[in-house]
Amino acid sequence: MSENKLNSKVPEGPLSDKWTNHKNHIRLVNPANKRQLEIIVVGTGLAGASAAASLAEMGYKVKTFCFQDSPRRAHSIAAQGGINAAKNYQNDGDSTYRLFYDTIKGGDYRSREANTYRLAEVSANIIDQCVAQGVPFAREYGGLLDNRSFGGVQVSRTFYAKGQTGQQLLLGAYSALNRQISKGNVTSYTRHEMLDLVLIEGKARGIIARNLITGEIERHAAHAVVLCTGGYGNVFFLSTNAMGSNVTAAWKAHKKGAFMANPCYTQIHPTCIPVSGHYQSKLTLMSESLRNDGRIWVPKKKEDVEAIRNGSKKPKDIPAEDRDYYLERRYPAFGNLVPRDVASRAAKERCDAGFGVNKTGEAVFLDFASSFERYGEIEAHVQGKHNATKEEIIALGKKVVEKKYGNLFQMYEKITAENPYETPMKIYPAVHYTMGGLWVDYNLMSTVPGLYVCGEANFSDHGANRLGASALMQGLADGYFVLPYTIGDYLADDIRTGKISTDLPEFKEAEEKVKETISKLFSIKGSESVDSFHKRLGKIMWDKCGMARNAQGLQEAIGEIRTLREEFWKNVRITGEPNELNNELEKAMRVADFLELGELMCVDALNRNESCGGHFREEYQTQDGEAKRDDGNFAHVAAWEFVGDPGKALLHKEELKFENIKLVQRSYK
Amino acid sequence: MSSISIFLNSSVGKKVLMSLTGLFLMLFLVIHLLGNLQLLKHDDGYAFNTYAAFMTTNPLIKIVSWGTYFIIIIHAIRGISLERANRSNRTNKYVISNYHRSTHWTARKMGLLGAIILLFIVFHMSDFWWKYKFGETPWTKYTVELTTGNISSPEDVTGQGITKFTKYTDAANASEIVIAKDLYKKVVETFSNIFFVLFYAVSMLAIAFHLWHGFASSFQSLGINHKKYNPLIKGLGKAFSIIIPILFALIPIIMFFTHQ
Amino acid sequence: MKLTLKIWRQKNKNAHGEMKTYQVDHISDDMSFLEMIDVLNEELVEKNDDPVAFDHDCREGICGMCSMVINGQPHGPGKGITTCQLHMREFNDGDTIYIEPFRADAFPIIKDLVVDRSAFDRIQQAGGFISVNTSGNTIDANAIPVPKENADTAFDSATCIGCGACVAACKNSSAILFVSAKVSQFALLPQGELERKERALKMVEQMDKEGFGSCTNIGDCAAECPKEISLENIARLNREYISATIKSK
Repeated sequence: MSENKLNSKVPEGPLSDKWTNHKNHIRLVNPANKRQLEIIVVGTGLAGASAAASLAEMGYKVKTFCFQDSPRRAHSIAAQGGINAAKNYQNDGDSTYRLFYDTIKGGDYRSREANTYRLAEVSANIIDQCVAQGVPFAREYGGLLDNRSFGGVQVSRTFYAKGQTGQQLLLGAYSALNRQISKGNVTSYTRHEMLDLVLIEGKARGIIARNLITGEIERHAAHAVVLCTGGYGNVFFLSTNAMGSNVTAAWKAHKKGAFMANPCYTQIHPTCIPVSGHYQSKLTLMSESLRNDGRIWVPKKKEDVEAIRNGSKKPKDIPAEDRDYYLERRYPAFGNLVPRDVASRAAKERCDAGFGVNKTGEAVFLDFASSFERYGEIEAHVQGKHNATKEEIIALGKKVVEKKYGNLFQMYEKITAENPYETPMKIYPAVHYTMGGLWVDYNLMSTVPGLYVCGEANFSDHGANRLGASALMQGLADGYFVLPYTIGDYLADDIRTGKISTDLPEFKEAEEKVKETISKLFSIKGSESVDSFHKRLGKIMWDKCGMARNAQGLQEAIGEIRTLREEFWKNVRITGEPNELNNELEKAMRVADFLELGELMCVDALNRNESCGGHFREEYQTQDGEAKRDDGNFAHVAAWEFVGDPGKALLHKEELKFENIKLVQRSYK
Repeated sequence: MSSISIFLNSSVGKKVLMSLTGLFLMLFLVIHLLGNLQLLKHDDGYAFNTYAAFMTTNPLIKIVSWGTYFIIIIHAIRGISLERANRSNRTNKYVISNYHRSTHWTARKMGLLGAIILLFIVFHMSDFWWKYKFGETPWTKYTVELTTGNISSPEDVTGQGITKFTKYTDAANASEIVIAKDLYKKVVETFSNIFFVLFYAVSMLAIAFHLWHGFASSFQSLGINHKKYNPLIKGLGKAFSIIIPILFALIPIIMFFTHQ
Repeated sequence: MKLTLKIWRQKNKNAHGEMKTYQVDHISDDMSFLEMIDVLNEELVEKNDDPVAFDHDCREGICGMCSMVINGQPHGPGKGITTCQLHMREFNDGDTIYIEPFRADAFPIIKDLVVDRSAFDRIQQAGGFISVNTSGNTIDANAIPVPKENADTAFDSATCIGCGACVAACKNSSAILFVSAKVSQFALLPQGELERKERALKMVEQMDKEGFGSCTNIGDCAAECPKEISLENIARLNREYISATIKSK
């Protein structure tokens, strides 16, 4: 512990007035001055694209960077289920407060009240904004917007566009970005990867980026830098993240002084397609919305498990009384709609107890049979078929389910070659989202002045567990409605600074360091591929810093990661040349950073002697196996300062003050 | 640039032009076929020759026919340039290209089919149209009995200084005299040669395939695509592209056999 | 299973490219096509050869990054899938598979199977948006009712992932299915109404400038589209374009 360097800058006043008051009192930059101010936005997902478009609209000169070939391909595009907003269109008692409360509770009381309240407050604007941009949300027959419910809440507040909500929202933000590119207010750099942050007099003033096509190392200067680079789930190798998703930009910022907060908070999503083999490159998520209509179970009897694994019995052959609908059994109030962390752990518990239903023993059933019947009966009634046979009813029900989830069912069948209309889906939890990230204050500024962090890349709004359909909400809230205001307060000091030159020694130094790292990687000429190291790291992380952690495992993991890192720098093999498109080099630089982050995650997990949300320490659980928090000692944000060795980072604590919500044991029973 | 020239030079405008000219030419095919069907009448070419004369002398028809030539030329030139430009958009060809496709091959071979049809038109025009207009065509004289409508055997009047289509009533004999260029005779001559018959029949096959894609495609180019009416357009297109060329092709075949 | 792969290798944009032959063994049915290439690349790295460069990212069929023409078909055999969703169970032991990049002059090859599709971004920049500022001070979302049918059709158009398979499949290298999907999405929604004409004109103009070919209604684009974007969109674009021309000043 060192002296506290963290100032969350949460405004004074009642919770519901904080944001309005703050906006009314922060400094503004006049339009003429904005034109002189440059901002770099790294990452073009929901947060990045929306931030860049908004900043450019306001008059700043913006440069965007993404490693993909187009801003539209950022991984926000893969979000399926939906986006929350406290619109109360369904008249089911929703409100800003309720969304705020659900998010704090869902996050197991480890998020900052003021940030979360602001998120809930601006959520309604996001929907208005997106509809105005032409995002084709699902609608009812009357032409108004439709909603559905999601895990961890008891209202219907999720707006969606079939199973492709992230895609539609991102394309909306991308179109706003395109409009600014066409006006010349944004310059878009695609196939560029940020490799370092440049600090001048302690302020973030630019980045070093590699042009992924030519291999050229470029310097880009600005008055402020915004990181919207997503999460670091790929530290586990297997995750639902895109292959290219990485921590490099955030990690470089960390090494330049930005604190990393709660890195151990990882969300393991309960409904993913199980691993099928050692060659597996990524895991595919099946939207959480499926839990609205699917029931999760494993057999009650071991002999049935055996029979299913060896194929002598089909799931259909197991009678209802021999099935263990374990979520409904353990959590009667929320049933299959418990939050993600709870659902994931419950699946792990059953599989660890030997009830997993596939060859690897790591899968549970997600069964739609009762929905087919339920919907079928309604549909038969609507169609006036009062004497319909059971088969007819099921056929009708399947049609209804197809309308709701057709594309997801199809996706499942394409991957597994099993028809989920005939046999239950098999699912298993997988790494999905990282609640941890760079520490930011209320203004979304990190501990490095002028370095802002938005979206999944920051730590701020979800505490120890994120609720479904909240990531899209946060990305767009940060980008459209928060950052564009708060950044002005900082830039107001820069109106006389003038253009930042890339000839400054700090740029030169940073560039040289990047070039050095690259030539070092090439000079190793080892014998093991980058992917091989990545897979080994992933295995350590999954086994020892995954769904359940314990002190011994974490200590082992720290040692193993350190050894692996040393081995990497002695034995990695990178083919090809630095000055060309070189996937191996790109991967190597990312894995090098994951190898450092992984250690810090374990250090953080080891340090947090409690269980909360996605962080489950086996030593800290209630008698019935639920996460047991320690509010007395751990109601704080753990923010780590880099001091030369990733594992030896300095801990800073931001105490979390709950003035509006009473801390209670989270219960979904 | 005016909006029209922008339109015509745009990729969408180009296909709209192909569509409109194509639709006009389809209409022309129908008219042409109706005329050609006169060849099958057992009147020694009376109906056909009067029709041919009418088509080449009526001022209104003349304007329409020059319009038709113009449209054929536009359709051909635009088609050729479209095909050339489109081919140039992929300098490096696929090593393995598209060997199983759900779409019909005719759609991909419109250029080739069009070229065959163009060659056919050139031959066809030089064979009949050019000779009819500027070449040595025999003249024939028909006497139509006004009371019965019977047509007497025609009389070859070539070389008697006749230069234009004449029609007058011979009140004394209660008959109408018609002197016309005898294109019919030319046609009979041509279609007594099996090679010409085959050439025409095969060319009609090219037209059929061209229409197989062209008919429905011209509606799509104009933006006419509606779930409810698409089957109708497609059905009509298929019927059109089979019936019209078959009827065209049947004429030389029937003539070949009936004039042995 | 054991497979013979014939893969297009090209060092960079200006280099000469050619098909090279590789053998892979122990390929499992459950592997995705890209995982099969991962296996090949791992072996190439082991031999100190340059691995095959290919675009990919989300590996769940939504980012539009993966490409490849497999045995003459963009995204390979199978309807409505991207290359990353293609699984090896579609192939048989002993098969020879030809893998080429998306080919079109408007998509220059960067390396091996990686092509430059930035032309698509420039087309979107020309007009693929609704000019509304992101202030949040717009009207309430439910103040703009949209008939469900239109909303659903607009959604179907909006599911385009911008992968470029339409261009790769088209004999003419036309990008019109891509352009028409965006124009359609906004033409079907009241929010898109105001800029409707201008959008059609500008996006078509940019498409033509980028060197894509003219559509001749073949339909291979829609047949190969991983998101099954329908030809109706192209008809709608034609309509929009014609009426924009007629009504323009």
